[in-house]
Amino acid sequence: MYEYDAFDDAFVRARVAQFRNQVERRLSGALTEEEFRPLRLMNGLYLQLHAYMLRVAIPYGTLTGRQMRQLAHIADQWDRGYGHFTTRQNIQFNWPKLKDVPDMLEALADVGMHAIQTSGNCVRNVTADHFAGAAADEIEDPRPWAELLRQWSTDHPEFQFLPRKFKIAITGSPRDRAVTRAHDIGLRMLNEDGAAGFEVSIGGGLGRTPMVGKVLRPFLPVADLLPYVEAILSTYNLLGRRDNKYKARIKIAVHEHGIEEIRRLVEARFSELRPLFGGGDQVRLAEIRTHFAPPVFESRSDDGFEAARRSDPVFRAWTDTNLSPHRQPGHAIVTVSLKAHGAVPGDVTSAQMRLLAGLAERYSHDDLRISHEQNVILPHVHKADLPALHAALLGAGLGTANVGLISDIIACPGMDYCALATARSIPVAQAIAQRFDALKLEHEIGPLKLKISGCINACGHHHVGHIGILGLDRAGVENYQITLGGDGTERTVLGERAGPGFSAEELLPALERLIAAYLEHREGPEETFLMAFRRLGAAPFKAALYPREARNAA
Amino acid sequence: MSKQVFSVVTANDLLGGHVVYLSPLGTWVPEVRDAELIPDIARARLRLEEVTDDASVVGVYLAEMLPGPDGPRPMHFREVFRAQGPSAHARVPEVRHV
Repeated sequence: MYEYDAFDDAFVRARVAQFRNQVERRLSGALTEEEFRPLRLMNGLYLQLHAYMLRVAIPYGTLTGRQMRQLAHIADQWDRGYGHFTTRQNIQFNWPKLKDVPDMLEALADVGMHAIQTSGNCVRNVTADHFAGAAADEIEDPRPWAELLRQWSTDHPEFQFLPRKFKIAITGSPRDRAVTRAHDIGLRMLNEDGAAGFEVSIGGGLGRTPMVGKVLRPFLPVADLLPYVEAILSTYNLLGRRDNKYKARIKIAVHEHGIEEIRRLVEARFSELRPLFGGGDQVRLAEIRTHFAPPVFESRSDDGFEAARRSDPVFRAWTDTNLSPHRQPGHAIVTVSLKAHGAVPGDVTSAQMRLLAGLAERYSHDDLRISHEQNVILPHVHKADLPALHAALLGAGLGTANVGLISDIIACPGMDYCALATARSIPVAQAIAQRFDALKLEHEIGPLKLKISGCINACGHHHVGHIGILGLDRAGVENYQITLGGDGTERTVLGERAGPGFSAEELLPALERLIAAYLEHREGPEETFLMAFRRLGAAPFKAALYPREARNAA
Repeated sequence: MSKQVFSVVTANDLLGGHVVYLSPLGTWVPEVRDAELIPDIARARLRLEEVTDDASVVGVYLAEMLPGPDGPRPMHFREVFRAQGPSAHARVPEVRHV
């Protein structure tokens, strides 16, 4: 795990001291809100519907037990005893008081964390595959690159006032678990003739104008990453529109100028920048790499695992849904569901954080991950330890066997917290999860990604949900639009809108009809919802959602 | 006949960030029922202007409300949620830690 060196530590502490002074000046009235707002946003502090909100970056989704424990401490000391994991590998504290925020930032600095660039028109937290360094299908752990990008982009003087925010995601695996094609820059590691490189795509993004990223360079040698990313940022910084906030993202520049023209400009800039990188970045990378050395794995018998699977159906169900293949024999990647039926997706109490920290230290080489799907991952667990781990999770409400199923819902905070939201997301997610749990159907339905956003900004990634739900305000009433067929993997497909929206009351019955239609039309349990949708097209699903219209047309 | 628009002046508290409403006494209060319901939009705008530079609050604006049995009643669901806090299931009680 990367640990701050003296430079990092001095930098974040200097920033905390600056912010402490800025808060004092705001409280004394020396700074107006207009003057203070950009300063607080630079440090991750938003003002939402009911309170301030502090958004803390979890770079590439990786935490140690000590860091998780500190988040628990922050939640207890200065918030309401819980935190909320977001779809961008951040944690949000929903109830801080303004005067306490400098102390919270200081506590973060104590464990090598910060909230810098979690807002504003700059390079945001670099996200990564949450199975990095553990996945069986991985070419290389992408996190050293992500850390290099973090260091390079933090307080980068040229890129503090970009036309709009800028999000980078990276994966070291051909299977894309980081939704890279929905990012301003998506980096996907490839292996060509034994040499590692990145497929670089740009201009992806969800939000009000959803677009799938386009490939800018099919294969970039890994050593060129930093100058190439700098060339993209530098091109965008000049080209991106500053006249209209809604047209300022790089995806609009790509759309308006065309990928060929952007490529010409980026490559020209790259040829200027490349010689200026004298290898210092690679020296730094080599140093960073030492922090990401793989753990020393034990080789011991996993007999207990199979025996427990045979004797305990609850354990077996959990291992069926919540485990993923590890690259090391005898090990598994454990996804801990933060989606107990009826819980708030992504919320975790301080007690649960402490438990997870302890379990990571005991069973997962002190390594925790936060996924963009708002779950916690213990990436390196020996199979022999799984029964004990599962028992400990069950006791804390963290043992739900639903990862990848219909109740493993991504939901943005929506109008329960967010000032931008046009409708609520959380109660919708809770109702759906509880309903399908009551029907005892979700294991039969099988893999299904349901994603809910409470406004068109699409923090809940609804466009790439197999079923997406978008909450809107229609004439003063909450209204929910359904999209179908989205896919956030390496294929990346934006879902298509099914038709008119549903009221909150109509939504659940509509979803039940939709799922019933899938179960009726599928060729068998091995044909997932998404596969059936691709085979059949939208028609039978639309007919289920809108039976009256279907009858009238008949 | 055009519908009469009633307004309350609302904002977030600078220190706590919580929702506050302007009371008839000109103080900021946390409960919507204690807010001053202003029946006349011109007067409401005047009240808004008077407190725009109030350093103890952030983001002052007028919210449309109706008279109710327990004081002002928000019209739009966003104002209902602002007045009530997060939905029942999502709400986490405030715990005081020492």
